[in-house]
Amino acid sequence: MNKPLSTGSEWNFGLLEDYHREIARVAENFGLDTYRNQIEIINSEQMLDAYASAGMPINYNHWSFGKHFLSSEQKYRRGYMGLAYEIVINSDPCIAYLMEENTITMQALVIAHACYGHNSFFKGNYLFQTWTDASSIIDYLVFAKNYIAKCEERNGVEAVEQILDSCHALMNQGVDRYKRPQPISMQEEKERQLSREEHLQRQVNDLWRTIPTLKKKDKDKKRKRFPPEPEENLLYFFEKNSAFLEPWQREVIRIVRKISQYLYPQRQTRVMNEGWACFWHFHILHQLYLEGLVTDGFIIEFLNYHTNVIYQPDYDSPYFTGINPYTLGFSMMQDIKRICEKPTAEDRIWFPDIAGSPWQETLLFAMQNFKDESFILQFLSPRLIRELKLFTILDDEKKDYLEVSSIHNEAGYQYIRKALSAQYNLANSDPNIQVYDVDIQSDRTIKLRHEMHEGHPLDKRYVGEMLKHVRRLWGFDVDLKSMAYNEVVVQYHSAETEDNGVVEVG
Amino acid sequence: MTFFIDRRLNSKNKSAVNRQRFIQRYRSQIKGAVEKSIANRSITDTDGGEKVGIPARDTREPIFKHGKGGRYTGVLPGNREFTPGDRIKRPEGGGGEASDRGEGLDDFVFELSRDEFLDFLFEDMVLPNLSKRILTGSDEVQRVRAGFSVEGNPSNINIVRSLRSATARRIALGAASKRRELRELETSLEELPDKDNPMCRDIQARIAELRHQLAVIPFLDDLDIRYHRHEERPAPQSKAVMFCLMDVSGSMDQRTKELAKRFFILLYLFLERNYEKTDVVFVRHHTRAEEVDEEQFFYSRETGGTVVSSALDLMTNIIDKRYPVTEWNIYCSQASDGDNWPEDDARCVELLNSILPSLQYYAYVEITDRGPKSLWKTYQPLQQQHPETFAMQTISGPEDIYPVFHELFRKVEV
Repeated sequence: MNKPLSTGSEWNFGLLEDYHREIARVAENFGLDTYRNQIEIINSEQMLDAYASAGMPINYNHWSFGKHFLSSEQKYRRGYMGLAYEIVINSDPCIAYLMEENTITMQALVIAHACYGHNSFFKGNYLFQTWTDASSIIDYLVFAKNYIAKCEERNGVEAVEQILDSCHALMNQGVDRYKRPQPISMQEEKERQLSREEHLQRQVNDLWRTIPTLKKKDKDKKRKRFPPEPEENLLYFFEKNSAFLEPWQREVIRIVRKISQYLYPQRQTRVMNEGWACFWHFHILHQLYLEGLVTDGFIIEFLNYHTNVIYQPDYDSPYFTGINPYTLGFSMMQDIKRICEKPTAEDRIWFPDIAGSPWQETLLFAMQNFKDESFILQFLSPRLIRELKLFTILDDEKKDYLEVSSIHNEAGYQYIRKALSAQYNLANSDPNIQVYDVDIQSDRTIKLRHEMHEGHPLDKRYVGEMLKHVRRLWGFDVDLKSMAYNEVVVQYHSAETEDNGVVEVG
Repeated sequence: MTFFIDRRLNSKNKSAVNRQRFIQRYRSQIKGAVEKSIANRSITDTDGGEKVGIPARDTREPIFKHGKGGRYTGVLPGNREFTPGDRIKRPEGGGGEASDRGEGLDDFVFELSRDEFLDFLFEDMVLPNLSKRILTGSDEVQRVRAGFSVEGNPSNINIVRSLRSATARRIALGAASKRRELRELETSLEELPDKDNPMCRDIQARIAELRHQLAVIPFLDDLDIRYHRHEERPAPQSKAVMFCLMDVSGSMDQRTKELAKRFFILLYLFLERNYEKTDVVFVRHHTRAEEVDEEQFFYSRETGGTVVSSALDLMTNIIDKRYPVTEWNIYCSQASDGDNWPEDDARCVELLNSILPSLQYYAYVEITDRGPKSLWKTYQPLQQQHPETFAMQTISGPEDIYPVFHELFRKVEV
């Protein structure tokens, strides 16, 4: 039997390295493939700093980050909120922040969780592979910070702030969901930036050429829409086509949309990512326990943290705030392992292809090739639905009651699975707003279309301000139609001349 | 490969800029909140930071999102009693609209540091007429840095400059090239097998010569030393002294004293903050006046009758002894419940009439909720005679303190 690595609860750098060595060894035996690790010890103030800028180690300056800092600082100081034990960044090397207040048990948990769990997820999952570039993100953030600082020097803080405000508002409408991006080196990015500025401006000028063309036959033809296909990435559209933006403003838009795109996969994989990380800290630390490298006290303390993290209060509990992604993810990962190892008759019907297969391979496949939405649709088992006692509530505006549409029984499994999957589909939760057309012939009004999903209207409290932001980026009037089944449900219009900006039409 | 990095010693105020930007952006709202908060709570609380709230509506960051309406299917855990088809009454309210109307209900609350708080509090206030004495000029001088010089005393040596000129001198004298030549000659000498041939002797001679030349180039010469130079310039005279006069007699009940103290604490914070070199003299009086320290002034109790002139007398004495009018800007602020012995009124006016011309500003604050008392009436003619220097205001409750203070010390556009 091995001698335990430590017995007390205090940590020091020597101990961290001992634990890390063992965790790395176990992780490798489990076949986890990771980026290099860079583990940084920080204190609570620095953690608050990291919170304020979306966990990024470096970011440009903006008042909204200050606001988030003040609000989390306030909550933390008053004891309304604990701080995360770690933050991990999808970069190569993978940067993980550990809080200095953690006990050695917690540090070991966090190293297993972040440096081997999340890290291998970042490296393995197809979304991160396709949409993010771990090796250059830090460089890009440095570039962005410097660039925006330079813009502030040249154009004044206020001008930059205005454009950033508008971009932040449209951040969720600034990602490509379907088109694959070209893999770009960020170093190249910087070099190409100047030439791009010039080029873009020229293109735009062409677009807005006012000298009439003499081709008469055009008039007979039906006018083509611009853009010919609706554009879902509003920020991209403005960056490329807006008439009045200066080159630096285009670059700022580009920066915001690049960062938004970088963060998008994290929003798409919360359940899987946390589930995967919890699954591995659980198994890695248990392995250490089996080998006698950690004490009974250690593993009890660990299990205490672990159960707190994956605690799921019932829907009617005062602590209920929604489905805990840690619980759902961890339970599903555990469940897949169970289906592989000890499949029941039910599992064989529901999961014929994975029941009885080697669990490590199956789990790896699941981690690599899915996002929350498809992962749940594929792997949520009836057994887990029963365990969590899931049920669905249908809230239809047209009825004056809520209806329990299905529960955890034979008739409900499929329905619940679909409903839960849809709940994690960002395309459902972010309003689907696209550039439909631009009135190039006359007043250059931009026509946006909101395709309603399940009859969900836009939150009217925000539409006014949002259209002003769109107008700021576009430079001309804005027209927004909420559409359902090709019928206009609500129409909003925002024009320069109107004081309050937005008029609801019809 | 894994690195452990200890970042705890790194600066932690990464968000300071963003924090400043936020405060800058919501300046007017924060100022409003600060003024509101000072009206409601004791000023002594401002030792720490101050919690302020500004309407969340102003600070929110809009995004496109879904509102109420349409069909929502929610998945919930922990079913116990429901079966499919059960109907539940739609919960009342619960709409998102409420938060929009009820301003103040969901304020964005955060903490300003003490400095930030006081900055906002005293933003547009100033000690009046402070500049007057500056013009009179004086013999006071102050030493200011003014470049470098080749002579001075050792405590003023500028090391960087000195070493830089030493380096320059050595380069000019060819020290580097001579040393290079010396090294080359030494190596070639070693390579020569025969130490006696004439060439070798030449080399040795040259080496000796170079060594000598190098030896006489000192690393640091007296010539190289540079000193910080200082110049004496006439110092602007902006020394100010503030007299705080407070009635602590029996007629001042606890509440009145409390209000007076708050006023003075506010004043004290203001002075302490704006003018580092401002002296503050605390004088309290009943029938007799005495000079006390801050602690006693604010926290000890006295009883007795009221003779205001005793305090004015003492103030005059102190001015004569310690604060010559030619050097000091003298301010005075008096708080009282307005009671005075009737026999004393004439004496007060006389004293003030004689002393007001040498003062910059005299602020009288009467704390009363029953209309002007005797001292107010006594002082009223003074206000007309000395509109520049004499000001009076009444306070009837804690909510008046800040506005009155603000009025007395507001910035006057010239």
